[in-house]
Amino acid sequence: MSRIAARFSKLKTEGRGAFIPFLEAYDPDLATSTAILHGMPGAGADLIEIGMPFTDPMADGPTIQTAGLRGLKAGATLPKTLTMVSDFRTHDADTPVILMGYLNPILSYGADKFCADAAKAGVDGLIVVDLPSEEADWLAGAAAANALDIIRLVAPTTDDARLPQVLNGSSGFVYYVSIAGITGTRTATAEHLAAAIPRVRRATDLPIAIGFGIRTPAQAAEAARAADAVVVASALIDTLAASLDPEGRAAANSVQLVLDQVRGLAEAVRSVAK
Amino acid sequence: MSPTERPNTLRSGPDGRGRFGGFGGRFVAETLMPLVLSVEAAYEAAKRDPGFQLELDRYLRDYVGRPSPLWFAERLTKQLGGAKVYFKRDELNHTGSHKINNCMGQILLANRMGKTRIIAETGAGQHGVATATVCALFGLPCTVYMGTTDVERQAPNVFRMKLLGAEVVPVSSGAGTLKDAMNDAMRDWVANVDDTYYLIGTVAGPHPYPAMVRDFQSIIGTEARAQMLAAEGRLPTIAVAAIGGGSNAMGLFHPFLDDPDVRLMGVEAAGRGLDTNQHAASLSRGRPGVLHGNRTYLLQDDDGQITEAHSISAGLDYPGIGPEHSWLHEIGRVEYTAATDQEALDAFQLCCRAEGIIPALEPAHALAHVTKIAPTMPKDDIVLMNMCGRGDKDIFAVAEHLGVKL
Repeated sequence: MSRIAARFSKLKTEGRGAFIPFLEAYDPDLATSTAILHGMPGAGADLIEIGMPFTDPMADGPTIQTAGLRGLKAGATLPKTLTMVSDFRTHDADTPVILMGYLNPILSYGADKFCADAAKAGVDGLIVVDLPSEEADWLAGAAAANALDIIRLVAPTTDDARLPQVLNGSSGFVYYVSIAGITGTRTATAEHLAAAIPRVRRATDLPIAIGFGIRTPAQAAEAARAADAVVVASALIDTLAASLDPEGRAAANSVQLVLDQVRGLAEAVRSVAK
Repeated sequence: MSPTERPNTLRSGPDGRGRFGGFGGRFVAETLMPLVLSVEAAYEAAKRDPGFQLELDRYLRDYVGRPSPLWFAERLTKQLGGAKVYFKRDELNHTGSHKINNCMGQILLANRMGKTRIIAETGAGQHGVATATVCALFGLPCTVYMGTTDVERQAPNVFRMKLLGAEVVPVSSGAGTLKDAMNDAMRDWVANVDDTYYLIGTVAGPHPYPAMVRDFQSIIGTEARAQMLAAEGRLPTIAVAAIGGGSNAMGLFHPFLDDPDVRLMGVEAAGRGLDTNQHAASLSRGRPGVLHGNRTYLLQDDDGQITEAHSISAGLDYPGIGPEHSWLHEIGRVEYTAATDQEALDAFQLCCRAEGIIPALEPAHALAHVTKIAPTMPKDDIVLMNMCGRGDKDIFAVAEHLGVKL
C-alpha cells in the first residue's frame, strides 16, 4: 500500500480527516524551509505538500507567486527540491509528501527521470497544475512506472459529464479546488462545499481534499466536515512572509510562527469527528 | 514529423488535440479547461455558420478598411538594388496594425457565446488598442493587462486604450512585459469564468487559440496572394514577416504554405545580439517546453525556468512563439532568422525616408531582414513583406534610442 493510501486508511480508523499544510521549497532559504518541513509532522501535518518554484505559476495568486520567486532567488531547482525530500525521509518514513508544481521544469528534467528520482527521494504523489486530463500522457506512464500517485484537480467548473474523465487516471486522493480562481484569494461558502463534495464523492472512491481559500481554523474545521482532507497554503506563506525582514531574510521566530499556525489548523481538523 | 513524412497539405493542422506535430495542445489548469473547450465548440460552430463569415466580412470591409493595399516599394527597391520589394500594408487598418483582424473575429465569437466582459493581454499595446476598440464598438467592458515596462515605453497606446473606455491593469511581476501580462490575464480568466471571454492576441495559448487566431489573420496572406498575382502575375519569391508570438507571420504565411516555390522567412527579435542573453529569439536560442497553455519553443534555463526576453520592440518581447511556428521550424517549411535592436532601428529610419512610411518597430525587424536579402537577389525576384503596424506609437522610444529629446 502506498504511503498516501496507508495514511488515509489509518486516519479513517482514527475517525478523523487529514490536514495537509503546504510550503514552498527554499522559501525564503533552504535552512528555513527545511526546518518548517521537518517540524510539520510534529505540529500535526498528516500529509505535506511542497511547492516546486516556477517563474510563471499561472494558477497562483500573489502570495505563492512571491514565495516561488523567493525560492528561486535562494537557488531552488528541481534536483534540490528532491534532495529536500530525501533528507526529510531520513527523519520521517511515514508522512506522505506530495510535490505541487508546473509541467515545464518537469519536462525539462525529463519526465521519466524526474519520476524515477522523485520516487527514489521518497515523494509519494504529484500535483501538476497545468496538466489537465487531456494532456495526461506526458506524465502518466512515468508516474505509474515509479508508483507515484497523480493527484488531479477537480474544479467548480468541472461538470458531471467531465468528472469521470478527470478522475480516470487519478490516484492517491482527489484535490477539490473549492473556488473558481487563483490560490489565496477567495473562500468557498459552506453551502458550496456541501453541494460540491457529495457530487465528487458520487464519482470516486478516492479520498477528497479541499484546497484554495482555506485560511482559518474555523474554515479548516468546516472543510474537514465536508471532505477527507484540508489543504492550507497561502495563509501559512503569508505568516512566513510577514515575519521576514525587509531584505526577505527569515527571522529567529519565522519557523515557530508557521508551525504554531500549522498546529492550530491541525487541531481544528482533528476536532471534527468523522 | 520529419520532412520526408510531410502530408499533402501543410494547412490542415492542428489535429484533434490541438497539435501541430508535437507542438500546441492544451496545458491549462482544470478550472479553465471547460472554458477552453467551450471556446473551441463555439468557434467550430461559428466556422460552420455562413452568417458568421458574412458578418465578419462586413465589419472587416466597412469598419477595419480591408482589403489593405499591396504596395510596390519602388524607391526602397532601387536603394537596395536587388529584388522588388512589396509591402502588404496592414498598418493601414483601423487602429494601425493587423491585430484588429483577429479582434474583430473573436469579439463576434464572444458575442455569440453570450459573454459580457472581455479581457486581453498586450505587449506593444496594439492588441490592447484593437481589443479596446472592438469592445467600444460592441459596448462591452474591457480589461487589458500590460506589463509595467511596456506601460512606460508604449504610453501613447495606454492613453488610447483609456480613451476607448478600457481599464489598463499594469503588471509588475517578472520583467513587466508581455509574458507577465499573459499570466495575469489567465489569472483573471480563471477567477471570472462565467461572464468573461479571454481575447488572446497572438497565435499562442491553449487550443483552439493558435488555430483560431491564425484563421482570423490569414486574410492577410489570402489577400496578398491574390494581389500579388494581380500585380505581377506570379507569387513572391520570398515572403517575410516579424515574429513575437507570431500572429502577423502566421497570417501571411498560412495561405502560402502549400506553394513550395515561395520561401517563407520569419524574423525574430535578436535584441542586443543572439549571443547575449538579451534577445527574444525563442526558435534560434530556445528549446521546447510548456508555457501559457501550449507546448512550443521557449527561452528557458537548465531547470526549465522561463527566462526574460529582451527586445526594443514591446510586441516581440516574449520568450515563446506560437506552436505552429515551432512545427514549421522543425519541418523546415519556414526559415527563421533574427534582427537586432540596432538593425531594426536602422530599417525603421530607412523606411521613413525611402517610402514615407513610419513603420512600427515590429515590422522594422522584418524590414531589417529584407535589407539584407533583397540586394543579394536578382532584380526580377519579389520580396513580399508584411507591414503589420505603423510606428506612431514608437516615436518616443525611437527618439530616446536616437538621443533625441521630444
